Amino acid sequence: MTRALIVHRAGPGVTVQDMGRPGYLGFGLSRGGAVDRLALAEGAALLAQDSSLAALEMAGMGGEFEAGEDMRIALTGAPMRAAIDGQRIAWNASHDLPQGARLIIGGVEAGSYGYLHVGGGIATAEALNARAVHLAAGLGRAVAEGDALPVGKDAGHGTGQCLSVDTRFDGGEVRVVPSLQTDFFGPEQIERFEAAEFHRDTRGSRMGVRLTGAEGFHSDAGLSVLSEVVVPGDIQITGDGTPFVLLSECQTTGGYPRLCTVLPCDLPRVVQAPPGASLRFRFVTLDESVEAEARARKHRDTLRAQRQPLVRNPHDIRDLLAYQLISGVTAGQDT
Amino acid sequence: MPKNWPRIRTVGVDGMLVSFGERLSEPANRAALAFRAAMEAKAWDGIEECSTSLVSAYVRFDPLYLSHEALRAQLERLCDSLDWYEAALPEGRKLWRIPTVYGTDLAPQLEEAAQAAGMTAEEAVASLSSTQVRVQTIGFAAGQPYLGELDEAWNIPRQTELTERVPEGALTVAIRQLVLFSVSTPTGWRHVGQTGFRLFRPESETPFVLRPGDEVIFAETDAEHLHNMRKGGPDGGATCEALT
Repeated sequence: MTRALIVHRAGPGVTVQDMGRPGYLGFGLSRGGAVDRLALAEGAALLAQDSSLAALEMAGMGGEFEAGEDMRIALTGAPMRAAIDGQRIAWNASHDLPQGARLIIGGVEAGSYGYLHVGGGIATAEALNARAVHLAAGLGRAVAEGDALPVGKDAGHGTGQCLSVDTRFDGGEVRVVPSLQTDFFGPEQIERFEAAEFHRDTRGSRMGVRLTGAEGFHSDAGLSVLSEVVVPGDIQITGDGTPFVLLSECQTTGGYPRLCTVLPCDLPRVVQAPPGASLRFRFVTLDESVEAEARARKHRDTLRAQRQPLVRNPHDIRDLLAYQLISGVTAGQDT
Repeated sequence: MPKNWPRIRTVGVDGMLVSFGERLSEPANRAALAFRAAMEAKAWDGIEECSTSLVSAYVRFDPLYLSHEALRAQLERLCDSLDWYEAALPEGRKLWRIPTVYGTDLAPQLEEAAQAAGMTAEEAVASLSSTQVRVQTIGFAAGQPYLGELDEAWNIPRQTELTERVPEGALTVAIRQLVLFSVSTPTGWRHVGQTGFRLFRPESETPFVLRPGDEVIFAETDAEHLHNMRKGGPDGGATCEALT
């Protein structure tokens, strides 16, 4: 058999993603890469491998996959219903996927983007120094039925590890900093923005998510401002006053003014907010934002140490009676 | 040097922007290009990526490694080290002639744009197809140029409503500039012409075709010619020569 992940079925928004391709901003190509980079770090920690390896990003819906040879997998990001050969498996955890076994991943149960990691990483061909598919730029394409995705050699071993689930899947408060065009909006607009309760619109993509729920915002500079640099996390106000939070596949420059920018460490909360979830934005100072980033980086750097053995819930074990039970629990390593 | 410029502002948490003017001008655009080149040559520790927009140079950095104050001080010193507005254009520039169909159902907003500029459609085509414009920056999408500067009459705003989708190769206009689209996307710019020129060719040795400083003439052609030239390859009938 070949070391590949065979795709029998895939949702419409399943793509290969890594940390993206920095260095092409001057050519109009944004970094791209996983919209929830924390999920990439979590998958890497669960499999004890490098977080630069590529994984599958699944927007809202997973698919049906088969391992061409024995593999390790990890599941992170938005929790989705997942099973191997009909046996439900835990999310935010690592598992063995034996050769020929069928992994079925359903729709999201919370959040928006789930991730499937494999030991050794997805090893599709690099383009411009990365494997990340950049749909907006027409660089690569979504995964489709019949694909056999090459998987890299797995230098690690061990599964049955889990991480405690983060709270980033249900909207909530998001911190922002003023940015280069914040002054285009009067104090009244800023105050109203900070007081508003927004909802994530059903329309959304890897480029950005639309916010609904507040009356339109208006910039004094209007529609004639020069196009200027755009970065992921920017909250752009389009001509009709609607805010969009821009994500990893955003444009690199743009003319619609930006009201503020989401802290990179809070961006996964926006990315993962499911349609309809409530989002509020709070301005913090640049100093506070740097402190928050430092804490977030420390958290990412210690993910591997935060892993815990996966204890299986007896209710999830179909053939429970076949197990050797000691004091009513299993060894926790069974798969 | 204009009063109060260049100006340094933060971009989100991990970016800084050095801007050389409020409005697009030839000297400010050249200053931005030269300043970016100088930043890259300095290769300061903690700097991750640089780019330019029309009149600004952008730098992304690691704020946990290089503080905002330290980077700002470095940028201020670099600003003061030279009159950036006197900088030369980049070397190795090219002049491109890109065949363009103006108006028709291929570019449905020509009439509307002409009206906003106070011209007839014929006058608009004559003006747009005869102006030799320069690539002032590459941005928004992969390989996509902002070109200018057009006559004052073309100082028309973007639309308030987004056009749901312009096709790849669309030539659009607003605020004395042209944008040639490298992808099919929604936009607030008015679609006045259509070309068969592919700006981003990820499979090729030169994935990004145009560079800042290159000049372009969008020569008028008709739909039938464009259709045939498209079949000839990704240049869509465009030709290029070296500019000295």
